[in-house]
Amino acid sequence: MNLSLLIILPFITLLGILLARGLKQVRTIALAGSALQLLLCLALFYLYRTERSGGKNAAFLFEDGYVWYRPLGINYHVGVDGISVAMILMTAFVVIAGVLVSWKMEKMYKEFFFLLIFLSLGAYGFFISLDLFTLFFFLELAVIPKFLLIGIWGSGKKEYSAMKLALMLMGGSALVFVGLAGLYFNTTVNGAHSFDLFDVANQQIPIGAQRVFFPFAFVGFGIFTALFPFHTWVPDGHSSAPTAASMFLAGISMKLGGYGCLRVATFLMPEAAKEYSTIIIVLACIAILYGAFATMMQTDLKYINAYSSVSHCGFILLGIGILTRTAINGAVIQMVSHGLMTALFFAAIGMIYDRTHSRQVAQLGGLMKMMPFISTVFVIAGLCSLGLPGLSGFVAEMTVFMGSWEKTDIFYRIATIIACASIVVTAVYILRVIGSAIMGPVRNNEYLRLKDAGWNEKLAAGLLIVGILAIGILPFYLTELINPGTDVIMNAINRVVGN
Amino acid sequence: MSYSSYIALIPLIPLAGFTILGLFGRKYFKQSSGVIGTLLLLVSTGLALYTAYQYFFVNGKVDGVYQPITAVKYTWLSFSGNMSIDMGIILDPISVMMLVVVTFVSLMVHIFSLGYMKGEERFATYYAFLALFTFSMLGLVVSTNLFQVYMFWELVGVSSYLLIGFYYDKPSAVAAAKKAFVVTRFADLGFLIGILILAYYGNSLDIKTLVENINSTELTTITTASFFGISALTWGLTLVFIGGAGKSAMFPLHIWLPDAMEGPTPVSALIHAATMVVAGVYLVARLFPLFTLTQAALNIVTFVGLISALLAAIIACTQTDIKRILAYSTMSQIGYMMFALGVSGYTGEAELGYTASMFHLFTHAFFKSLLFLGAGAVIHLIHSNEMKDMGGLRKYMPITHLTFLIACLAIAGIPPFAGFFSKEEILLAAYHSNKLVYGIALFTSGLTAFYMFRLYFSIFWRTSSSSLGETHLHEGTVSMKMPLIILGACTLFAGFIPFGKYVSADGIPLESHFDPVFSIAPVALGIGGILLALWLYKKESERSSRIATALGGLYKTAYRKFYIDEIYMFITKKIIFNLIGRPAAWIDRNIVDGAMNGIAWTTGKVSVMIKGIQSGKVQGYALYFFGGIIVLAMIFLYLWK
Amino acid sequence: MSDIPVSQILFVSIALFFIGMYGLFTRRNLITMLMSIELILNSVNINFVVFNKYLYPEKLDGIFFTIFIIAIAAAEAAIAIAIIINLYRSHRSIDVEDASEMRY
Repeated sequence: MNLSLLIILPFITLLGILLARGLKQVRTIALAGSALQLLLCLALFYLYRTERSGGKNAAFLFEDGYVWYRPLGINYHVGVDGISVAMILMTAFVVIAGVLVSWKMEKMYKEFFFLLIFLSLGAYGFFISLDLFTLFFFLELAVIPKFLLIGIWGSGKKEYSAMKLALMLMGGSALVFVGLAGLYFNTTVNGAHSFDLFDVANQQIPIGAQRVFFPFAFVGFGIFTALFPFHTWVPDGHSSAPTAASMFLAGISMKLGGYGCLRVATFLMPEAAKEYSTIIIVLACIAILYGAFATMMQTDLKYINAYSSVSHCGFILLGIGILTRTAINGAVIQMVSHGLMTALFFAAIGMIYDRTHSRQVAQLGGLMKMMPFISTVFVIAGLCSLGLPGLSGFVAEMTVFMGSWEKTDIFYRIATIIACASIVVTAVYILRVIGSAIMGPVRNNEYLRLKDAGWNEKLAAGLLIVGILAIGILPFYLTELINPGTDVIMNAINRVVGN
Repeated sequence: MSYSSYIALIPLIPLAGFTILGLFGRKYFKQSSGVIGTLLLLVSTGLALYTAYQYFFVNGKVDGVYQPITAVKYTWLSFSGNMSIDMGIILDPISVMMLVVVTFVSLMVHIFSLGYMKGEERFATYYAFLALFTFSMLGLVVSTNLFQVYMFWELVGVSSYLLIGFYYDKPSAVAAAKKAFVVTRFADLGFLIGILILAYYGNSLDIKTLVENINSTELTTITTASFFGISALTWGLTLVFIGGAGKSAMFPLHIWLPDAMEGPTPVSALIHAATMVVAGVYLVARLFPLFTLTQAALNIVTFVGLISALLAAIIACTQTDIKRILAYSTMSQIGYMMFALGVSGYTGEAELGYTASMFHLFTHAFFKSLLFLGAGAVIHLIHSNEMKDMGGLRKYMPITHLTFLIACLAIAGIPPFAGFFSKEEILLAAYHSNKLVYGIALFTSGLTAFYMFRLYFSIFWRTSSSSLGETHLHEGTVSMKMPLIILGACTLFAGFIPFGKYVSADGIPLESHFDPVFSIAPVALGIGGILLALWLYKKESERSSRIATALGGLYKTAYRKFYIDEIYMFITKKIIFNLIGRPAAWIDRNIVDGAMNGIAWTTGKVSVMIKGIQSGKVQGYALYFFGGIIVLAMIFLYLWK
Repeated sequence: MSDIPVSQILFVSIALFFIGMYGLFTRRNLITMLMSIELILNSVNINFVVFNKYLYPEKLDGIFFTIFIIAIAAAEAAIAIAIIINLYRSHRSIDVEDASEMRY
């Protein structure tokens, strides 16, 4: 399969949106494009599994590439392993759901759908890139639309949030670029520097350089995935963003960071990852518990989910920081799971906000009566968030716990227990929200005439729920998928350093 | 093991029921959902009974010992090495017994609900939730893997949450549901960490392998490894027990159970009396081979059970809400089961406690669900939970009255009702092990008889102060009466099952030794309690309130449930919310985010300071330019050499 | 011809340069400023020619530069005057102080 199709298809969709007239055409094209993309991703998943079971054991499959700019050794080089396939599938689900929930977008719809698809293009490109420069290029592509999406279609103090988000993420990219440049100049193949992931991976970066550049790359990507204390763009950004943008932001964009931390920082600089792992674990644990406690006090639905994202993304970083195979598997599962779950959550919040025009927990109440479907979606997202077995969150969290428990040192034990403790706090805040917003008496009689979800919203939520349930009930497909990818990373971590 | 793979259907049928009713029930089945759910469960029950027959009488016994059989097992999620979560079905005496109990009681509740919940708007949802619960509970009892237990443990927790909060527009129901979930979740944290500890030392998550490993190879490691001077094994088991105590409403984690009575009454009968709340007992029994390795953990089990039994019985004497009384009596009876396990040994005569505990679990399921369903019938009629609104109901609901009486006699331990036999064994086990435990248990048993008959007389005898309109009072439909009759019959006869022959800790049948002389004391106390209740409550009288006044502070403390709720409220609202949550949110907004905004602010300030340079005056720019050229020229001429 | 010492010619060119500089900084009329710039350019031209003549008489680089600068100066003047006219149309003034919208 030609991986470039994953970028070409959104590109064609973009052109189609540009040429289309009227909301109906635009959204139909966007939906068709993202549906095709979803099919393509499912095909990729299927083909990947066939190839793997057919005995191909190269680290990356479907490799493809051509020279982009020879003097600097920049190539367009793509390929996927299980981890990227999982992320791509997750992205496809979130994108189509995002398009569906924006179905009735009135304001500047053409630009809106254009930017959504544009963002997804960046994400797809990022996940398939095997060249650090291409990777960075796509990462940047995915940042710009967010600024516009929040700044133009947002609510509340949208300019402030858009600015904050864009600046912090740009700051993150700048750090990432320093890290990548560090890798580039420490890699020499045939007398020239190289951005190629394989070249960098095969060449052991000197430990001195790793010590310098690992923090740049890790913190840079970490900002994307809400690394404490650089997480403060998350609450503001999410709360101001329009529904679909929140979904993309939390579901896809935050995962770019996690994926980058794993694929670039940890994989390419494993020795430094080991040295810094203590700090990463401490920060991750702080994010997990402190994020959860901070969530407990929020009153705005979007703030609640944003802070809980901080807490949940802590699990991703914890898994990466622990550096055992199980923990890294857990981190990847958590990325996929959190992507779907948080998108579902934001979709539900968006649907509620569209109808009630309020996101304050204290003002809502008894929504179950008028909108059983939306309420059920909300409850499912909440239950997934608090780690109910049968839904994806449980699988992810337990895998991280088991992985971190494998390290016998007392430090790791305490870290695990702290992370475990968050499940109680999560239960407290999720149930608090469900109890007062979804259940309870109807607080505002105006709400009594509100309608339940339309077909597009049902479809969007349904797709995401299917994803969540699939991971929750059949996790072995996912672990089977990502295991080879994790093994490659583990080999790098376990390699014996020559000097 | 293909012959037994049909057993997987027992939990899967309710799951199918949940899926069908959950997705389509509301729209397409409506009032017929109840029938669909009941029929599906009937199949499950039939299969469970068949399984029990197969296991106990056909192929469970090898050389006179009941062997655990792994009927189904596949790897669900594998971690590294030996660690994996398997989904499986294990058949051994206790799991088979639980299969029967769960399906049977659930079936009764399904049938009862056909009448009780009739006309409810969310009828289909109700049945879907019931099916979900049944599925989870069945999955829990047949678990082969510790993590499987944990998973279904959480699932029963959530189904309990959904069912307690079934009347979601009632704030008290929502609060109760939340409380139940959060308290048990807190306990589950202990359970989870306990699992991690045990799994690490036992090098497996599979219960069987884990027990074998710890018993043989890892025993010294796990008992010598210590943390704060307590061995890792004790830590692990105590933490697991905390999980069990949370689910089983043991002191001090019992606070959710009385509140959970906000749910529909049949749900209370199923979840909060017969099945879910005994999950903790079941868990301890499941890991019993490990518990017997460390006396410290067993002692904790014993004393937590004992304190719960006594405390709950005392509180139950003072409550006025009939469901709450039943809830406290549940807690008290589960306390019995717990300390019976605590005083038990693993082999031979000493395992009497284990058998007794399981026996009590078995009989308790029948008479307690009967009590709850009876209470449900009463509430259905009166539309009130308060004792003061009732009285003299025996005339209007003869069947309910009779079955309720049977259940009360059973729980009071009067022969020949079921509770007598099981309680007798528990007391005997306690007597052999620890006289203090025996004494308290005996006292509690008298207390039990007293508060149960206080309840009984208040509902069915004492004429009510409020006048009941006599015309509309009629007992519920057939579907409500039938379960009462069936369960009543079970309560009458279940005690005669020679339970020790089938269920024992090591699988070797235990000869039950019934000793009439030993029974004198408890039965006498039970009758004493009943007579006291008769004297106080049969007729409207001032006696009871006089006694309450005489007891003064003690009565008030018991009435207020020993202020445990208030202590919890203080800890959560004042300490956790105010001292952790609020500061965390504040720090995040003001310090962490403040630092980020501070960076932006500094950048802004600096740019304000230097923006004057961009004056817009062309000549100014030219001057800077010229000055710059001169400076550069100077540098090149004099410094760059 | 060759009696005139280089220093004298350079003196003229420096004088021109500073006269231009003075005009550029003191006049606020854009036309005058343009004229001052022309003076500066011409002083540079003189320098090029003189150094070419006195130091490398066999080469023509300086001359070419001069011609180049003259051509550019012509173009520049044309553009500058166009800008000034536009500025006058919008501001009704060709005072450089009035055209300070592009600050901060």
